[in-house]
Amino acid sequence: MKDPSKQIKVWTAYTLVFLLTSLQAVGGTLKVCSTCAYTSVKEAVRQAKAGDVVLVDGGVYQESGIEITQPIRLIGRNNPVIDGNNTGQIITVSSDNVTIQGFTLQNVATSYTRDDAAIRVRQQNNIQILNNTILKTYFGIYLQYSDGIVIKDNVVVGEHLDRSESSIGNAIHLYYTDNVQIIGNEVQGHRDGIYLEAVKNSKVERNTSHGNKRYGMHFMFSDGNAYSHNTFRKNGAGVAVMYTTNVRMEHNTFEDNWGAASYGLLLKEINNSFIYNNTFRRNTTGIHMESSSRLDFKNNDFERNGWAIKLMTTCIDDTFRLNNFTGNSFDISTNGNAQHNYFEHNYWDKYTGYDLDKNGVGDVPHRPVSLYAMLVERVPPSVMLMRSFMVDLLDNMERVLPSIIPQNLVDERPLMKKTDHDNNREFVQVLRQTASAPWRER
Amino acid sequence: MNKIIKYVLYDIVRSKIVVAYTLFLLLLSIGLFNLGGSPDKGLLSLLNLVLLTVPLISIVFATTHFYNSYEFMELLVSQPIRRSRIFLSEYWGVSLSLSAAFLLGVGVPVLLFAPGATGLYLVLTGLFVTFIFVALAFLASVITRDKAKGIGIALLLWFYFALIYDGIVLLILYSFGDYPLEYATLALTALNPVDLGRVMVLLNLDVSAMMGYTGALYKSIFGSAWGVGIAFLVLLLWVLVPLLTSRRVFQKRDI
Repeated sequence: MKDPSKQIKVWTAYTLVFLLTSLQAVGGTLKVCSTCAYTSVKEAVRQAKAGDVVLVDGGVYQESGIEITQPIRLIGRNNPVIDGNNTGQIITVSSDNVTIQGFTLQNVATSYTRDDAAIRVRQQNNIQILNNTILKTYFGIYLQYSDGIVIKDNVVVGEHLDRSESSIGNAIHLYYTDNVQIIGNEVQGHRDGIYLEAVKNSKVERNTSHGNKRYGMHFMFSDGNAYSHNTFRKNGAGVAVMYTTNVRMEHNTFEDNWGAASYGLLLKEINNSFIYNNTFRRNTTGIHMESSSRLDFKNNDFERNGWAIKLMTTCIDDTFRLNNFTGNSFDISTNGNAQHNYFEHNYWDKYTGYDLDKNGVGDVPHRPVSLYAMLVERVPPSVMLMRSFMVDLLDNMERVLPSIIPQNLVDERPLMKKTDHDNNREFVQVLRQTASAPWRER
Repeated sequence: MNKIIKYVLYDIVRSKIVVAYTLFLLLLSIGLFNLGGSPDKGLLSLLNLVLLTVPLISIVFATTHFYNSYEFMELLVSQPIRRSRIFLSEYWGVSLSLSAAFLLGVGVPVLLFAPGATGLYLVLTGLFVTFIFVALAFLASVITRDKAKGIGIALLLWFYFALIYDGIVLLILYSFGDYPLEYATLALTALNPVDLGRVMVLLNLDVSAMMGYTGALYKSIFGSAWGVGIAFLVLLLWVLVPLLTSRRVFQKRDI
């Protein structure tokens, strides 16, 4: 590097690269409106060069098959509507670094062979889909084999409520796509609200998914994702997540998933994950879990569910601490005697024990599984005796002298009062000091 | 016949037990509706209590009434009146007064707090249960002349329908758990009017979603007008069979 001529060469090269990139960044602006040079979005997108902005003004554009092949920004101003008229996919992205923002995209017909979507991205990186409204489409936003995606503040509404779940598509559908941020979207009326398959290292935040035919959210093989502050309401079968490790679910609300085959949250083969501060309200089953191990449930609220938790015996080494169980018909139900899960310091409204030393922790253990819950799990037709006097009597007898309900499924230190998750730090400190068993940390 | 019913009704109202029963039901219903928060919850709690207390009170009251009005019946038998008429008048007198009490005590609060199909089912079920248990009480009373024995039989009947029967069902379901029992449970439900009433009301509440496959099967049957008709027909049979049997016994027996 001592040779000055070489240094100059390097600098010139840098400057050239800088100039080129800045040129690309500035780019041109192609305007589309009824009186502009371009009256068709498709035409403008075809003419756009890398780095250009295609600015579409308000109005209705009857178009489909718009293919973005350059890294451009497609921006709608004054809410332009692109109406696909059921003639096929509306926007296909075949370039990296694309932004699509501020459109209303509507009318994509059902196509079982092509899976048409309003916006489809295939094998591209760094795509941003922002503030769009997508109405009456087969799939809403469909990404596959992509990376670095932001899907933010979109509204996806399907109107297929009269059709069967196999004949409608998903609102947001991701397949083998990593590093995704799905934030602040509202999805409804599709098959699955948010569908993630083999999606890694992603964030799903502040979305609302309701009134979907099957699941509010559905993910499989999607490790290392975080889901927080989402609301899943009134979906056909709730939220189902499967075959995944290392998930964080925090501050989500699962409510009103009420139906014979509905769950708040179905966990199947989910391992090493954290489920904190969620609310499960008025679901037929709050959480149904099978083959799910090493999960940590903390600070969740279970309110007025049919079953708060259905814990199958295939679940091992799960920890339930500081959760509130109130107004559920059954708090915990299970299908066998073997229990290798750990309950501590939960609040159970059905707890009838006492607290002589007034430390906020009940002096007698609580067994949250009722005899009748076991019976229904083993012999389903015995639901015909639901709410009968006989069943109440049996439950109370079993509580006094447990013989059938699992001995190990027990909260040795149930709380006397409902915990306030936001203000319980001090209390938790006290519990840590007084607990005789080691506090399990992860 | 009307005249006899009138006298029976006078007699019952004078004894004030029915008035107390009405007040009890009224307090219970209003209390539960105000306590439960949502009308659905109130209905659910009310259902439990109605299905426990209404049969008990109906059967005990009807049995004691029957024995207490023995002399009155003897007097009537000496008149040119058919025995079956005397018996049915007694039956109508007791069951009408008890169902009037039920309508006032439960029907009115339900109408005020939770009007709708479910409430209607609850009230209809309660009315049927009243008629059924009065009929059963009369059956218990005509079997024996001994009052203590009669009340004993009546209580045993209540105990059977409220508790023992469900225990037996549980035992059957548990022992034959490996077999498909959905239709069997349906038949078992029909064999106990209390269970039948409870299932019918439950299916109209949201808890029905918790009842799984069996619940879905029940719903497909009880959900149709046809199914509901059948269910009420079964309840009607539960009134008629004990009533007609006891009438027969009463007609043939030495008084």
